Amino acid sequence: MNKTQNNKAWFLVLPVFLLVAFSAIIPLMTVVNYSVQDIFDQNSAYFVGVEWYREVLQDPRLQDSLMRQFMYSGSVLAIEIPLGIAVALMMPTRGAMASLSLIVLAIPLLIPWNVVGTIWQIFARADIGLLGYVINGMGIDYNYANNPIDAWMTVVLMDVWHWTSLIALLCYSGLRAIPDAYYQAAKIDRASNWAIFKYIQLPKLKGVLIIGILLRFMDSFMIYTEPFVLTGGGPGNSTTFLSQTLTKMAIGQFDIGPAAAFSIIYFLIVLLVSWLFFTTISQLDKDKSKEMSHES
Amino acid sequence: MAEIRLKNLAHSYATDPEHTTDYAIHEMNHVWEQGGAYALLGPSGCGKSTLLNIISGLVIPSHGSVTFDGVEVNDISTQDRNIAQVFQFPVIYDSMTVYDNLAFPLRNMKVLESEIDAKVREVADILELSDILQRKANNLSADQKQKISMGRGLVRDDVSAILFDEPLTVIDPNLKWKLRRKLKQIHERYNITMVYVTHDQLEASTFADKIALMYEGKIVQFGTPRELFENPNHTFVGYFIGSPGMNLLKMTLSEQGAELGGITFGLNAEQRALLQGAKNAELTLGIRPEFVQLSAQQNEESLPCTIQHTEDLGTYKIVTVMLGDHSIKIRLDEEQQIPTQDAYLNFPNQWVKFYADDYLINSTEGEATSE
Repeated sequence: MNKTQNNKAWFLVLPVFLLVAFSAIIPLMTVVNYSVQDIFDQNSAYFVGVEWYREVLQDPRLQDSLMRQFMYSGSVLAIEIPLGIAVALMMPTRGAMASLSLIVLAIPLLIPWNVVGTIWQIFARADIGLLGYVINGMGIDYNYANNPIDAWMTVVLMDVWHWTSLIALLCYSGLRAIPDAYYQAAKIDRASNWAIFKYIQLPKLKGVLIIGILLRFMDSFMIYTEPFVLTGGGPGNSTTFLSQTLTKMAIGQFDIGPAAAFSIIYFLIVLLVSWLFFTTISQLDKDKSKEMSHES
Repeated sequence: MAEIRLKNLAHSYATDPEHTTDYAIHEMNHVWEQGGAYALLGPSGCGKSTLLNIISGLVIPSHGSVTFDGVEVNDISTQDRNIAQVFQFPVIYDSMTVYDNLAFPLRNMKVLESEIDAKVREVADILELSDILQRKANNLSADQKQKISMGRGLVRDDVSAILFDEPLTVIDPNLKWKLRRKLKQIHERYNITMVYVTHDQLEASTFADKIALMYEGKIVQFGTPRELFENPNHTFVGYFIGSPGMNLLKMTLSEQGAELGGITFGLNAEQRALLQGAKNAELTLGIRPEFVQLSAQQNEESLPCTIQHTEDLGTYKIVTVMLGDHSIKIRLDEEQQIPTQDAYLNFPNQWVKFYADDYLINSTEGEATSE
C-alpha cells in the first residue's frame, strides 16, 4: 500500500491530542505517579514499585467492600432491569395518561443524589419516617441504622426508586419504535402475549437495554453520595462501598499511595467489566454478519 | 378457503360520524369469491388498507358486516379468522431463524413438530427459501424477508384468504416481477382467495383476475383489467387506469352536438339519445389517448387542433395537443408521423364515452349507472 507521507498532518491531530492529554491522561498519570511512590513531604519521595498495589489487593477492608460493591451492582441490576421493562410495558401509549406517567417517571431522575439520600434518610426512619414507621407498625422490626440487612435493603430500595425510571423510559422509547405491523402480524400468527414479548418486544429492546445496563452498572459501581448520606456506610461497614472506602483512605487517613493504587485498580475494574459486557453483545452481532458474508 | 362477503359495510374512524366525509369506507356490498385473485387498486388514502384491515379483523367496521362463507365474523378476532396478511414492510421475527419464523404460526397452534417440519419444508421449497432455512432472518434482503412473511401464511392449512397490503413496496424493481410470478404460482397451487392492495395499476393487472378500483371510500368499478381500460364506468377509473389516463373533457349539449369549449363535436343519433337522458347533469366526454387519431388531413368529422409538445418514451410517443381550451394527450406508435403544421383529431365513435356527474352513461340502459 502506498501511503502519502505528510508530516504536517500531525498538526491537525495536535489539538485533540492536547485536549485529551489535559483532560484525561495527565490527571490519570499523576494518580499513577502517586501509586508507585511513597511520599512523606515535598522533598522526600521514594519509588516503591508495585508495593502499594500488593498491599491494597491484600487489604481485607478493600476486599470486603469490593465484594459488597459487586453484590450491590448485581442486585440493583437484577431488580431495575426487569422492573423497568415491566413498567414500560404497562405504561399507556397515548393520551394524557401517557404524558402524565412520563412526567412522574422523570421526577426521580431530576433529584440530586444527596437530596435522594436525605429523602430516604428521613422517609425510612423508624421513629418519624413514613416508611420505617409503617413497617414497624406492621409488627416487623425495622431499623436501618442498627440492622445491617435493613440498611442494605434500604440502600438497594433507594437506588431502585431513583433509577428504575431510567430503564423504564429507555424501554418505553424502544417499545414505541416498534411498528404496528409487528403486533398485527403476531395477532394473525396467533402469538400469545408471552411470545409477543419474547420474539418481538425483547429483541427490539436490545439496543436500549445495552445502554441501560451499561449506564446502570457504571453508575451503581461508583455510587457514593446516597449511601453516604443515608447510612454513612454503616452500621459497621455493611453499606460501605468502594468509593467510600477509597475516600476514607485518601482524605480521612491521607494514605495517598495506597489510595492512588486502588483508584487505578477501581478504574480498571469498571473499564474491564464494561468492555467485557460491550464486546459480548457486539460479538453476538458480529457472528451473524460473519455468517452472512460466509454464505453470500 | 372462503368466500368473503361485505354486507352494507361502512366504516368511520370518528366515534360519531355525521357527514359523509367522516367515513373512510362508504356503504358498500361486495363479494370476493372463493379462490379468486383480486386486486384492490386505488390512490393513497382511498380506504383500501382500511378495507383490508376490516377483512382481517384488525379494524372493526362501524357499520354492516363481513361474512366468511356465510358466517358473520364481525365479532371474531383476527386470531380466529384464519386469515393471513402480508404487510407493506416485511414483518419477521428478528431473533429467529428462517425455519423458526415459518414454523411460528404452527407452533402457536400446537401442531406436532413432525407435521410442522414437513409443512415448513414444503413451503420453503415453493418460496425458494430451502437453502437459507437455518439462517437468522434479520440479515436477509427485503425480498427474502417478504417471502418469509408470505410463507407464514402459507404454512397454515386453515388459511381461508391471504391479504396483501402493498407487499412489493420495498422490493427492488428487478425482483418485483419475480415475486409477483411467485404469487401467481402460489395462487394456482393452493387455490386460496387472495386480495392484493396496491396503488400500482401494472401490479394490479398482472396479479389479479379482477380489479376493484377504489376512490374516496367506494369501489367505483369491479372488473377485469381490460374492462377497466376499455369501459371505465367512472371518470376516476378513466383517469387512474392507463398511462397517461383518459382525456376527460367538460362538455355541454347543444343543437349542433357536444360543445367542448369553443369546438363542436358532432354527435350521431345514438349518442344524442344517450345524452338526452342526462342533459341536466354535468357532462364529460372521455376518450383514451390510445384511441385518439391524429392526422395532417382534414375530413368531415375531424377537429382542428394545435400541437403543444411531444414526449418520446422510446417505445411510444405522447403528443399533447390543444383542442380549443382543452389539452389532450395522444399516444402514438414510434413510427407514426406527427403533422408539422395543420393537425386534426378524430375521435372514433366506439371509444368515446360520456359521463354524467362522473358516472358512465351506459349505452344499453341509456342512463347513468349509479353505484
